[in-house]
Amino acid sequence: MVNEIPVIWLQMAACTGCSVSLLNSASPTIKNILIDQIVPGVHINLRFHATIMAGAGEPAIKIMEETSKEKKDGYILVAEGAVPTATDAIYGVIGERNGKPVKMADRLAELAQNAMAVLAVGTCASFGGIPAGAPNPTGCQPVKAVLDSRNITKPIVNIPGCPPHPDWFVGTVGSIILNGLPKAENLDDNLRPLAFYGKLIHENCPRRAYFDEGKFAKKPGDEGCLYELGCKGPITYADCPLRQWNNGTNWVIGAGAPCNGCTQPEFPDLVAPFYEKLKDVELPVIGAYWASSKEDK
Amino acid sequence: MGTKIVIEPVTRIEGHLKIETVVEDGVVKDAKSSGTLFRGIELILIGRDPRDAQVITQRICGVCPQSHGIAAALNLDSAFGIADKIPPNARIIRNLIQGAHVVQDHILHFYHLAALDYVDVAKLADYDGQDSNLNSIKDFIARGELGPFLPRYEGDYRLPPEVNEQAVAHYVKALDIRRLGHEMVSTFSGKIPHSVGVIPGGVTTPPTVDKILSLLWKLRQLQDFINNAYIPDVLAVASAYPDYFEIGAGCKNLLSYGAYDLEDKNPDLTQRKRLFRQGVTSADLKPGKLDITKITEGVKHSWYQNSSSGRHPTQGETKPEYGKEGAYSWVKSPRYDGKVYEVGPLARVAVTYVHGDPTMKDLVDSSLAQLKAPPSVLFSVLGRHLARALSAKYIADSMDKWLLELKPGEPTYVEYTIPEESTGVGLTEAARGALGHWLEIKDQKIANYQCVVPTTWNASPQDDNGNPGPIEQAIIGTKIRDKNNPCEIVRIVRSFDPCLACAIH
Repeated sequence: MVNEIPVIWLQMAACTGCSVSLLNSASPTIKNILIDQIVPGVHINLRFHATIMAGAGEPAIKIMEETSKEKKDGYILVAEGAVPTATDAIYGVIGERNGKPVKMADRLAELAQNAMAVLAVGTCASFGGIPAGAPNPTGCQPVKAVLDSRNITKPIVNIPGCPPHPDWFVGTVGSIILNGLPKAENLDDNLRPLAFYGKLIHENCPRRAYFDEGKFAKKPGDEGCLYELGCKGPITYADCPLRQWNNGTNWVIGAGAPCNGCTQPEFPDLVAPFYEKLKDVELPVIGAYWASSKEDK
Repeated sequence: MGTKIVIEPVTRIEGHLKIETVVEDGVVKDAKSSGTLFRGIELILIGRDPRDAQVITQRICGVCPQSHGIAAALNLDSAFGIADKIPPNARIIRNLIQGAHVVQDHILHFYHLAALDYVDVAKLADYDGQDSNLNSIKDFIARGELGPFLPRYEGDYRLPPEVNEQAVAHYVKALDIRRLGHEMVSTFSGKIPHSVGVIPGGVTTPPTVDKILSLLWKLRQLQDFINNAYIPDVLAVASAYPDYFEIGAGCKNLLSYGAYDLEDKNPDLTQRKRLFRQGVTSADLKPGKLDITKITEGVKHSWYQNSSSGRHPTQGETKPEYGKEGAYSWVKSPRYDGKVYEVGPLARVAVTYVHGDPTMKDLVDSSLAQLKAPPSVLFSVLGRHLARALSAKYIADSMDKWLLELKPGEPTYVEYTIPEESTGVGLTEAARGALGHWLEIKDQKIANYQCVVPTTWNASPQDDNGNPGPIEQAIIGTKIRDKNNPCEIVRIVRSFDPCLACAIH
């Protein structure tokens, strides 16, 4: 007997980048995740995902709504994108009911109410992200803020990143399947799994030695630490330097570009301008260069 | 009074799209294309460091981020006065990054977005062979939970069993191949979606021999798949659904900005030598010149203040006004010379073809010869799929040469200063068609940023003169076999490969 875990994937004020990133999962592949038993005896039953599902229109909405009723407290809701709330939340709608559009905020609340757990995938769903950037024209809010405002209390895990690495999502789902819902001690203050967001980029950066020696790149393509070109690695929690991206091919700093802090609640406004040096940050004093001359920096 | 058919949401596209039609005597009399999510990225860009446009505009869309990154970089190059100074290495690396991205995107579209309209996965229940992937799908079906493959519109799956099986096998294989395309992007651009390698002034990663060889052999796998799976599968679908060469023609006006720069010194993107040509053409397939001063965006039927209607993107505004009378979409209505134009692979393939490019002529003519059909069949649902496959082949076969033109050790970046005041324009071809970014800088900050994106053209609502947009026109007049299973409508819409996050932004 195979245990079927229903999943509803709801896209709101999103760009679909989180979904595309999941398509890049290398092992397991997306085929392993959706068709095969992801671990023996367990199959992820993706009932609704607008970008890949065969059905459209009413039959598609019907399966979403039926799943929410029939599998009450038995399905995972994945929320991609921020939630537009300004002007009575009219900036984003999904599907119709009695000929009237249903607002994303209302869909989210309805589906979360009956879910076993909510995974806020990506920085928009976790913290607001780009659409919530100033002046936040549509009043975009994170998933948790919207659920809190409606007194919906469900286990929530934030899996930020613009987009998140596929392993962060797959690893979180795998952990729920194998170990149950995450406990508080497995998450940080921003509800991110410590397994993936436990360390600063800066701590594991292969260019860290340059930073300690005070050897900084002055322009793109230079050797050296990218701190002065705007790298946000010193304040950004993620395991990119160890995990690498796109099946281990490369990563942001590997390509000679500064980290832009995309897994952080500060993204985008408080880590921009992206190509300007971080301001007012207390950095750990490690290495001869910094220890000898911290006052001068 | 006719019957209303509402498809909300249209799935297997990017983003939030509603299609509403009125059908009388089995024929679509009216169609409305409505984008249902507004984020206001153009408003978010105002007041920021111009360089951040490259980071933020990629987030317009996670399916086509790389094309926004390229358009933004070209836009900033032009605003910073360095459009004629980008080193050849940087130009080539940009082409390679964009090429790998667009090729994987075309493959993704045909197999993972469009194919389920024609291919019947459920039929694999009867599979009786040795392919392990197909047997795993048979097991999946036997377990009885068929999400995301069911429910669906029923009643018109026509591929012969062995062709159907082959197509399902390629659906699975294409997942690996498109992932490989993204790995190629990441080689020079760090990660994808939302990559970091293309910046104003050039690129961040210098070429090295190991990267060149790695890309060359990943490219070989993409080329092999395009030649031996993608193009044959499009032709196989075409032979089972020949009626789809006859529907979905639409406005028959096509526009291309051209893409993949082949020279370095010409700052005028409308004149620069490019792999895909700049230009326009129409039903007569005569070549026409591109004049970007003829572009306007109307908003009479969009949820924006009427005062901003009809402007050129350099003067464009984004002032939302939900509920405005007569409006039904967040998508604006771009028009060229006041007329409705379609953009996309069909447009860039056709424009390049009618401008006499010999490689493109061979590609198109040999495909049409196989189909025993004249060029006019390209204006159709299947014509768009064929053009997309040929676009993939044309790009991939050029990347092969570009890789060997890279010169390790030579510059990849040119320095600049951000001007106090300036304007810029960035034009390219995203997977889905002509993509333009316009920028105004004041006090070294973004004063205005306007994006006119491929699906803004294609999914646009009626313009100020009441002319329906390209997708609307393509649906109107179509015969609907079964109003409860309106396969025809979704097949027409998907042939445009709509991307609504892009269209509205």
